[in-house]
Amino acid sequence: MSPYFNWALSLALFLLVVAMACALIRLIKGPAAQDRVLALDCMYTTGMLAMLVLGIMYSSTDYFEAALLIALFGCVGSTAMAKFLLRGEAIE
Amino acid sequence: MTEAVLPIWAQVVVALLVVFGAFIALLGALGLVRLKSYFERVHSPSIIATLACWCIMYATVLFFSVLEQRLALHALLIAVFVSVTAPITTIFLMRAALFRARRTGQNVPASVSSVVPSDPAHPDNRY
Repeated sequence: MSPYFNWALSLALFLLVVAMACALIRLIKGPAAQDRVLALDCMYTTGMLAMLVLGIMYSSTDYFEAALLIALFGCVGSTAMAKFLLRGEAIE
Repeated sequence: MTEAVLPIWAQVVVALLVVFGAFIALLGALGLVRLKSYFERVHSPSIIATLACWCIMYATVLFFSVLEQRLALHALLIAVFVSVTAPITTIFLMRAALFRARRTGQNVPASVSSVVPSDPAHPDNRY
């Protein structure tokens, strides 16, 4: 690979980490509980994208499974937390 | 360590897609910090689940397809899954936020399900 390619991937990883930091700011100072759930949702999507970029960087398909698991469990977790905020219990 | 070599056009396209996707993700997360009310903020991370995710997914598909000389569509699974589940999560969070806003007496639209009376004469409500 050319050095510019690796440089571009490093830049993309840096941008994704800054995006996760922005979501972390909202997670810490979010005034309501739904803000924190939304920030966590944003954080796991960004982390999943970082996993895909890492997979390109190291030319490995192993990171794909990690990204798929993050997508699966993040969706289930966010929906359960939203359900909890709505009803006061996750499973009725 | 044997370095796999990608054609230069594929390197350029993959790098552009990945950097553009990461930039869009940063934009969505920045909206999460900068927007004022929750009902504005809930829109902003959706662009991460759509544009950013699809850009990086296309980069992954192109990279592994060119590298392994075969069609590698496994990353499509993630993008389709995220596209299907992101609206569900957003709708649930929206409803939870509306419910909590109503309970604290804020000026938000009333619940539709309790406002509309069921009409017994309508054919949809016969049972």
